[in-house]
Amino acid sequence: MSIFKNFVGPRVPTDSPETVRMQYRLPTLLFAVAAVILLISIFLPYWQMTLHAPQYPGGLEVVVYVNELTGDVAEIDGLNHYIGMRPLGEAAQLERSVSILAIGVLCLLILAAVFVHTKWVVLFTLPAVLMPFAFLADMYFWMRNFGLNLDPTAPLSSAIKPFVPPILGEGVVGQFKTVAEFRVGLYLAFLTAVLILTALYYHRQAFKPLVDKERTQ
Amino acid sequence: MQLKNKFDPTALWRVVLLLLAVVALVISCQREDTPGDASSAAAPAEGGQSAALGADADSIIAARGLTPDDVAAALKTYTPTGKLDEYIMFASGGHSGQVYVIGLPSMRILKTIAVFTPEPWQGWGYGAVDTMEVLDQGDINGHDVLWGDTHHPALSETGGDYDGQYLFINDKANARLAVIDLRDFETKQIVKNPIAISDHGGAMVTPDTDWIIEGGQYAAPLGWEYSSLENYAEDYRGMVTFWKFDRENGRLLPDQSFSMEMPPYWQDLCDAGKLVSDGWVFCNSFNTEMATGGVEEGNPPFESGASQRDMDYMHIINLDKAAEVAAAGKTMDVNGFPVISLETAVAESLLYFAPEPKSPHGVDVTPGGEYMVVSGKLDPHVTVYSFQKIQDTIAAGNFETDDYGVPILDFDSVVEAQVELGLGPLHTQFDNKGYAYTSLFLDSAVARWSLGGPYADLNDDPDWTLVHKTSVHYNVGHISAAEGDTVSPDGGYLVSLNKWAIDRFTNVGPLLPQNFQLLDISGTGDTMPLLYDMPLPDGEPHYAQIIKADKLSPWEVYPEVGWNPHTQSKDPNAVMPGEERVERNGNQVEIWMTAVRSHFTPEHVEIKQGDHVIWHITNVERAYDATHGFSIPVYNINLSIEPGEATTFEFDATDDGVFSFYCTEFCSALHLEMTGYMLIEPSQ
Repeated sequence: MSIFKNFVGPRVPTDSPETVRMQYRLPTLLFAVAAVILLISIFLPYWQMTLHAPQYPGGLEVVVYVNELTGDVAEIDGLNHYIGMRPLGEAAQLERSVSILAIGVLCLLILAAVFVHTKWVVLFTLPAVLMPFAFLADMYFWMRNFGLNLDPTAPLSSAIKPFVPPILGEGVVGQFKTVAEFRVGLYLAFLTAVLILTALYYHRQAFKPLVDKERTQ
Repeated sequence: MQLKNKFDPTALWRVVLLLLAVVALVISCQREDTPGDASSAAAPAEGGQSAALGADADSIIAARGLTPDDVAAALKTYTPTGKLDEYIMFASGGHSGQVYVIGLPSMRILKTIAVFTPEPWQGWGYGAVDTMEVLDQGDINGHDVLWGDTHHPALSETGGDYDGQYLFINDKANARLAVIDLRDFETKQIVKNPIAISDHGGAMVTPDTDWIIEGGQYAAPLGWEYSSLENYAEDYRGMVTFWKFDRENGRLLPDQSFSMEMPPYWQDLCDAGKLVSDGWVFCNSFNTEMATGGVEEGNPPFESGASQRDMDYMHIINLDKAAEVAAAGKTMDVNGFPVISLETAVAESLLYFAPEPKSPHGVDVTPGGEYMVVSGKLDPHVTVYSFQKIQDTIAAGNFETDDYGVPILDFDSVVEAQVELGLGPLHTQFDNKGYAYTSLFLDSAVARWSLGGPYADLNDDPDWTLVHKTSVHYNVGHISAAEGDTVSPDGGYLVSLNKWAIDRFTNVGPLLPQNFQLLDISGTGDTMPLLYDMPLPDGEPHYAQIIKADKLSPWEVYPEVGWNPHTQSKDPNAVMPGEERVERNGNQVEIWMTAVRSHFTPEHVEIKQGDHVIWHITNVERAYDATHGFSIPVYNINLSIEPGEATTFEFDATDDGVFSFYCTEFCSALHLEMTGYMLIEPSQ
């Protein structure tokens, strides 16, 4: 019991006046907002690559959500077969299949952090802070994996050398200019990270004195 | 116990507001840079503001000897790359048996729609069973009739205005009617008129496209029977057919359609009443003389025999009532088709005649439906009839009748006005400024004249008066103004469909193109300049209709992979990649193939001589313009398989050998490699 108590830390004194109670509520509120924003982000696109070529005046785009690829995937796959790239749908299948569940867990962890008033709160919230970086790292891994492993028997294998398109900004593949950009979902994930870090700051401000006080008692 | 660090509660709300602002900003930034917007926003910046033409332009104008009017016409019509036309004109292809799709004001041909005639680009009639079936619907007594003399295209209407859904066109030579679906610009149905060998007055639609009108022309015994010309008055008959249209399924319904027997005058053109005259139909006629020709026997030739009387008859038909009479079964059966006899038409008060100056051509109803304009052809006037006066005269009763008992209304009591325009008035269209426009065949001109009645205040010109004539080159037949036969004409543009070109284009031998001329009718009074000459290298296009381009919303690609354009639904024999196969069942070989850039699957097809081959191909592409062709030599197979389309062809493998099939559309950089071998093993 005392281990648990040490872990979750002191409770907010029930006799503290209303003006003082607000400072305990601020980290709670920030954690809650962070969790909601992260949850919203699963419905929004995280990343997008647009391919521009003369015969595609509107461009071709692939839009990445945490759990799916949308846009002109079939057309891009059709073009990619000329250079021997595997269909995009074969990339990150595991990540996409568990993503919704994983983000749900991250959100629950953030909400759980509301009840932890010690430094252990970091354990509950750090995974969500790292999430957008993990997303980008995984994207880069798969783009590199696909770009560098082209089928040598493909029709244009001698014309297009293996390549890794930039994960942000412009690149060139054949007659295509590629433009990669972050989309709103990813920005919301970053915002979640910022909110959590802000919340941790206020959390420390609010609860550190209580923890210290308890320790001295 | 008081805590040391004071906390300001308003700070919390500041933080929350700031967060909401950040979220809103992030989302709005994302929305702004949706792909594709950037390029279109940037485009107009370049060269957008050059008020004067500049020295370069002046030197070009001088070098080419252009007048200021020429330059203005060029500026009104030149359409830079990537800019789209404001209007789309559907023009009859004349005896090509097709329909042309032309953009205005650029006058660029966008498409030929195959209708009555096989057409290789669209794979129309070269093996694809659905196209063969539609063409077969036009067979007559077992004869393949693989051409048509397309005359009058008619866009479907809702409330008397074009709705951009369907197009109908008739084949004068064989009395056939076709339905084109404007979702994919393909012909879906051909019907042969069961009682008439040839027609002319079609296609016209009623204001909600409930009925498609097909009027006859050269009288003949109904039902394609034989009778000597000596029995002309007794046995020969004219007709008007009303085809019921099922808008939902895009098909004419022969079993709910009917015809009306007419005297053996030559019914010419019809128009449906609209708004106040909704439910009525008007057709003009000539040869009420009932001349039968025979110049070789010393008789007057048709051209004079049919032009003796001073008056012919405008036919006034109560369609709503006729439909009730037909539905009640008060019809006779001709060739399996219900026909309201002349006797019944008279008894039920379905048909009236109004005298019209001799041998007219064209009857056109004003936008509000108040007036019917009949052109004189051999008389320099247009004669304007009032629908109200027609109704009043009918109500008053007490008519003379013709030899067939049809009541003839008194000319003076139904005419509103006669306007002298010039020689050879033929066809009339309308604008939004109270003007009518009439083609003058002999004058080679288009006349602008002012309407009266409710249209009087729309312009400053006196009512029922010729305002201006613009010369056209040469021998104009029909004219078409932007939405110029609807309840709300647009004005702006008018196209003169000229029969002769003579000196307008470089000589290409004794067979000359037609000349479609674009006129700017956006002005008033005598401002009606000619803008552009467009040669059309096909025989005798007749009429055209012009629709605002944004009323059309055709598909870019078929709605889903495996689409059958004939049924407008998923084809049961469509296959996706991985499902391709060849199955043999006795002597029948069935192939399910896919096409995608740049290969067919399978690429080897092995058949034995004597097999019957059924071959399905699905174009699994979703990209705009990624059409694949498919051709097999010797067997006369040529298909066009548009993105998403599934099609089927069949043949008997009579000839053995090695046949390379290939994609006939240049689909991709590896188009030449998009091929395969069909190996037909000899039976011995």
